[in-house]
Amino acid sequence: MSVWDALVGQPEAVAVLSEAVRRPEAMTHAWLITGPPGSGRSVAARAFAAALQDPDDADGTSHETQTALAGTHADVTVLATEKVVISIDEARNLVGLSQRAPSQGRWRVIIVEDADRMVERTSNVLLKAIEEPPPRTVWVLCAPSPQDVLVTIRSRCRLVNLRVPPAQAVADLLVASDGVDPALALECALAAQSHIGMARRLAANPKARDYRAKVLAIPATIRGVGDAILAAGTLVDEATEESKVATAERDAAEKAELLRNLGADQGGTIPPALRAQVRQLEEEQKRRARRALIDVLDRAMVDLLSFYRDVLVVQLGSDQVLMNRAAEPAVREMAGASAPEQSLQRMQAVGVARTRIAAGAAPLLAIEAMTVALRPQN
Amino acid sequence: MVLVRGQETVLADRAVARIATLVREHGGDYEQTVLEAATYERGQLETIASPSLFGEHRHIVVNGLEAMSDAFLDDALAYVGTAGPEVTDVTLVLRHEKGTRGKKLLDAVAKASYPVVTCEAIKRDADKVAFAAAEFRTAGRKATNTAVQALVEALGSDLRELASACQQLIADTSSTITPDVVQRYYGGRVEATGFRVADTAIAGHSAEAVTLLRHALETGVDPVPLVAALAVKLRTLAKVAAMRGRGGASASDLGLAPWQVDRARRELSGWTPEGLARAITAVADADAEVKGEGRDAEFAVERAVLRVAGARGH
Repeated sequence: MSVWDALVGQPEAVAVLSEAVRRPEAMTHAWLITGPPGSGRSVAARAFAAALQDPDDADGTSHETQTALAGTHADVTVLATEKVVISIDEARNLVGLSQRAPSQGRWRVIIVEDADRMVERTSNVLLKAIEEPPPRTVWVLCAPSPQDVLVTIRSRCRLVNLRVPPAQAVADLLVASDGVDPALALECALAAQSHIGMARRLAANPKARDYRAKVLAIPATIRGVGDAILAAGTLVDEATEESKVATAERDAAEKAELLRNLGADQGGTIPPALRAQVRQLEEEQKRRARRALIDVLDRAMVDLLSFYRDVLVVQLGSDQVLMNRAAEPAVREMAGASAPEQSLQRMQAVGVARTRIAAGAAPLLAIEAMTVALRPQN
Repeated sequence: MVLVRGQETVLADRAVARIATLVREHGGDYEQTVLEAATYERGQLETIASPSLFGEHRHIVVNGLEAMSDAFLDDALAYVGTAGPEVTDVTLVLRHEKGTRGKKLLDAVAKASYPVVTCEAIKRDADKVAFAAAEFRTAGRKATNTAVQALVEALGSDLRELASACQQLIADTSSTITPDVVQRYYGGRVEATGFRVADTAIAGHSAEAVTLLRHALETGVDPVPLVAALAVKLRTLAKVAAMRGRGGASASDLGLAPWQVDRARRELSGWTPEGLARAITAVADADAEVKGEGRDAEFAVERAVLRVAGARGH
């Protein structure tokens, strides 16, 4: 088993990256790994970092490789964000860090996951550092597509593109690594549209499957404008619940930890001198909660898109595989009740809502406009 | 000792000023001290209130009791407990705006039967009219009812502004205050909130809605809450329409208060599902434009208002 095994269905990318590890002349100081969500950009970046730390480790079991993969290697820094954007201070820290020599003598690897989540000013801070790093520093940026990063960043990096892995390959990975039942694994891989992380989550978590089923049941319930508004309300409420599950417990733990560190009583009133710090933490948590909500909603909308895609497949009589096998009856019913043009318009409406929510529009209102557009129209 | 509580700061200011005048009229020297209860340090009250060498009267005003420090609470409670009617050379004025902080002290003051002046926030228009009318009456001026009404409509949202407008009219004019006078000074000003704009747009009055909207924008209302108000109104309408269709769902299932439902039922007349769909889409478009998809946020809101007003009856 080598470090590249976790990178499913990407032989070309693996060839380029492992060549760079082997031959110094094939190596370069900055890489931009692009590919659709779930294709394994961050996995590729970590595997590359691991391989760089120990090129002779063929089976990926050495200490160096393992710590690099786990994200605990001293010379491998991973910057990811749980907020909507990477802050400029985080980026500035990286600039300083990139000038230090690696402590273990091989490479200092700086991985920026979500390089697309940087505003222009933040990207500009990194420009000089990415252009001319010290000899033993290598930057690895990840983004969905090259267009998502500034052109000045793009031109300083070597591009590695990942493709959508075949669903069967993802299912095989789930069976091999998590011991999932093969039929369920394939269903989840299809439903997740080959997004490895999502497929794993669906396979491991029955609640996630339930939530997805609920989302897919929505189109059939919308019969008029009133229903559409109610459905939008339900969708956002459930997404809020779902995102809270992920954040609420952690928020409380963080606050307790902060109060303990500051020496304040738990449960008592917070002394005025410490309120600023607590408020700062709460604002941070609020930003994180917003991102979590947007992510859950976006996932729900991608699921809806896959539903209408299936409807369209049936309507056009194509021989493509349906992504939502469990929802097949609903898909066929919807396909019979509407025209292909309408399906395309509905997909368009879902797409508009996605872009708007990502751009900061009010989620409930955008979803309402979307569900209104999904109602049957003649 | 006097306790002044309530959120209407104009009235509270006046009460405090009135007490100061009374102290002055009482004659003799006096020394005024103003304290902030939030930054109060232990012992201050006792130091100031203790008899002075020259026997002047001490007039102490303590502001912001709603954020009082613990030290103040302790000291003030002790003071209320010890000082009795025999203390005649100290006046202590306490100002508490809102909230329950220091409730113990407030209760103690009231129980010791010191005067408590309550200045509740004036919210209803009728009360504001009465307030403005009283302003003119106190100044010995005549004002017609319609003039007072017009003044409240123009400046009603902030009582302080209303009070100063009354003072200005009293100072600048000499005869009876008529609607013409109000029109000359405050004509063209209308209090416009997001919800008033939304209500008018939903009633289908395009011209009036746009006029209100421009007033709102001119007086500094941000486009974002204007769009949000439209969205909230339309959401309620659509929910109530859905409820009517189903019959089963009750107001509480939808998260609405009964009065909201009644009101939405009335407003729903003239709306079709198709019209609602159009209006909601238009508002969602405007929201995206206000948040950066479009170049001119004000134009986006105006178009949304026109579209919503136009969608009624379709």
